[in-house]
Amino acid sequence: MNEQLTHMAGQVTAGKLTRREFMGKAAALGVSAAMASTMFADAARAAGPKKGGDLKFGLQGGESTNSLDPATYASSVPFQNGKQFGDQLVEVAPDGSIEPRLAEAVEGSADAKVWTFKLRQGVEFHNGKTMTSEDVLKTMERHSNEDSKSGALGIMKGIESMKADGDNFQVTLTEPNADLPYLMADYHLIIQPDGGMENPGAGIGTGPYQLEVDEPGVRHVFKKFANHWNPDFGNFDSVEVIVINDATARTAALQSGQVHAINRVEPKVADLLGRAPNLTVHSTAGRGHYVFIMHCDTAPFDNNELRLALKHAINRQDLVDKVLRGYGTIGNDMPINAAYPLFDGSIPQRDYSLEKAAEHYAKSGHDGSPIILRVADGAFPGAVDAAALFQQSAAQAGIPLEIKREPNDGYWSEVWNVQPFCASYWGGRPVQDQMYATAYLSTADWNDTRFKVPEFDEMLFAARAELDNDKRKDIYSKMGMMVRDQGGLICPMFNDFVEGVTNQLEGWESDPTQEMMNGNMSRKMWFA
Amino acid sequence: MHPIIKLVSQRLALGLLLLFGASALIFGLTEALPGDAAQAVLGQSATPEALANLREEMGLNRPALTRYFEWLGGILQGDLGQSLTNKLDIAESIGKRLGNTLFLACAAAVVSVPLAIFLGLLAVRYRNRWPDKLISAITLTTVSIPEFLIGYVVIYFVSVKLGWFSSLAMINDTMSFGQKLNAIALPAFVLTLVVLAQMMRMTRAAILNLMQSAYIETAELKGLSNFQVIARHAFPNAISPIVNVVMLNLAYLVVGVVVVEVVFVYPGMGQYLVDSVTKRDVPVVLACGVVFAAVYIGLNMVADIVSILANPRLRHPK
Repeated sequence: MNEQLTHMAGQVTAGKLTRREFMGKAAALGVSAAMASTMFADAARAAGPKKGGDLKFGLQGGESTNSLDPATYASSVPFQNGKQFGDQLVEVAPDGSIEPRLAEAVEGSADAKVWTFKLRQGVEFHNGKTMTSEDVLKTMERHSNEDSKSGALGIMKGIESMKADGDNFQVTLTEPNADLPYLMADYHLIIQPDGGMENPGAGIGTGPYQLEVDEPGVRHVFKKFANHWNPDFGNFDSVEVIVINDATARTAALQSGQVHAINRVEPKVADLLGRAPNLTVHSTAGRGHYVFIMHCDTAPFDNNELRLALKHAINRQDLVDKVLRGYGTIGNDMPINAAYPLFDGSIPQRDYSLEKAAEHYAKSGHDGSPIILRVADGAFPGAVDAAALFQQSAAQAGIPLEIKREPNDGYWSEVWNVQPFCASYWGGRPVQDQMYATAYLSTADWNDTRFKVPEFDEMLFAARAELDNDKRKDIYSKMGMMVRDQGGLICPMFNDFVEGVTNQLEGWESDPTQEMMNGNMSRKMWFA
Repeated sequence: MHPIIKLVSQRLALGLLLLFGASALIFGLTEALPGDAAQAVLGQSATPEALANLREEMGLNRPALTRYFEWLGGILQGDLGQSLTNKLDIAESIGKRLGNTLFLACAAAVVSVPLAIFLGLLAVRYRNRWPDKLISAITLTTVSIPEFLIGYVVIYFVSVKLGWFSSLAMINDTMSFGQKLNAIALPAFVLTLVVLAQMMRMTRAAILNLMQSAYIETAELKGLSNFQVIARHAFPNAISPIVNVVMLNLAYLVVGVVVVEVVFVYPGMGQYLVDSVTKRDVPVVLACGVVFAAVYIGLNMVADIVSILANPRLRHPK
């Protein structure tokens, strides 16, 4: 029997046996379905990617108001669209290194102030034009100039000048930054012909799939672009991104085979869904975190003893178990976890201790009036429940929390970054520098904890200029400790990306950067 | 002038005035919501500079009244304008979505209206006996269950377990009429269950009311069969209240089905309006609001006119 199975597996690898045939023959040999399925997957993987088929995504996070203009991307569907029709200069690889895309090579000067991107030659846009360094320059200008409204504007700030020079694109920074290539991997920075100055929402890029149908809030269809610069990218004939915002409808569509992959599987149904024989639920530890944030400059949160009291009074494991149903890991009151490069795993974990909480609370001298925590389910899924759990454990330590429920609508403009204590969500960034610079630098627009410590800022700049990774790791470790012990962030948990994928698809890789393999499923996977 | 034509033109003029009022109200309410389109689009990634730039580009810095009258001027010339958020032509987007919404509404109405009336007649024929009780029990049960739940149950059994119909009711231009009907089978079924009860109960109540009349007794004494009495003699006089409730339900099928749209991923007007309100896309909200208001006003007008036509006393006023 073994010989026969090996022979059959060989036939699968050679492409002579389909999944159905293989499963049938294996069953005839008395092999269990689960075992045969695994064997088939192994054999198919050994065969390498196959071309063809129409891939369908069912995704949460699309609205009728979405545009294809990369500057406006803020949710899952536009993000996924951009990954189909566009390429950035570089991409963050699943292992956290920098992978070349439209730039073949990146080189930094010794002081990390001047960065040169050597551009790939002969790259074709979907409108037939060939990409030049001018296109790259104009794209970057559109995201960083004075009248930019780009979601990437924040990360483009440290740039002093940019120039297009033959085959090269060069960036000069005001301050050294060893992580600049990671900034250029941002998903907003898709290279567009003429920088998209004329018609940014045209959906024309250099990606492996070109736009065919654009119905915002309904579906977006892309077909294979024959002249893509990398023939290995994109194994499907077409990719369809279907907007399914309702969680139950999304799982039903996956179960009944109408879509091949879905995002945001609800933790409470993930276990049940994973038992279905024809699909797999992938849980990927990411950098996103569910948080409660306090303004360090507003009473009563300007008192670090009170902040510490609240940090000790939250039962992190309980939140991970109940709100995330185990699809996540506990946080340590800093925005960094093991998914980041240069993470120091030796930083002690903040413990849940009602005695310590009560002790710090007593030291803070708080008058005992209720502390108002503002929350809405739009802050993160399960935020209201999480706040209720927090309220209960805090009450046991004698700290009175009052939950004020806010509407989802307008939460990000009226409550977050406005009110002194509220629930929030951070998607994480590819590197520590970017995360800290976005939300913990004194001058950052999104410093939503009002954490303003000059010493911290200095360390951040020192780490940027430091090219020795050991020394950088050391600095980041100190910065992490500082946020953990003095900051306004209560970070109870990091959530996993939970996604459902049909077993017809092969080539899954875990990627912590963004959901759905960082948007690379249509490039890297294939139909078995 | 014939009194009917006069009445219709009066009603039309009043309807236009109402539409104008509705648009002003919608604009005022959307303006009163916290935040604006620029903030909603940028969301958590808003920086003060990006906000200012986007507001400038969307023209949100101008006074509210200026924007409203600009929009009004546009619509009077048949121009619905561009969406603030994705710069797409609103008329084109609404055209597609409204077409889809009407398609689903029509499909549901074609099944539910005759069915509801027939069931109503049947219930009267067998009043207080088991067919009447069964019909009432079933329709009242389906109307009492939230529609999303019926949707989920239907999806689970018909789509996931049996695999008969697609749970995604997505339709597009490349599909044939038959394919489209197949795609909307499940949502149309759910909507039918939702609207059936009210129309059925109204038909039953209106006719039962008439069954006490003397002329019905005459008809019975003439020796007409029970069902003939109901359908030929009672029903015509009950048309007025029935048409009213039918129109109300048709209006619901057009403007109130956002939940069913979401569950079955149907690209109709409801989701379009909800998304636009969330993103404070005022021109789209106004356009959708006016379309919905027009549907309501139009259907109510039809109901009134039909009531008048059905009633000789109103048809020939002294």
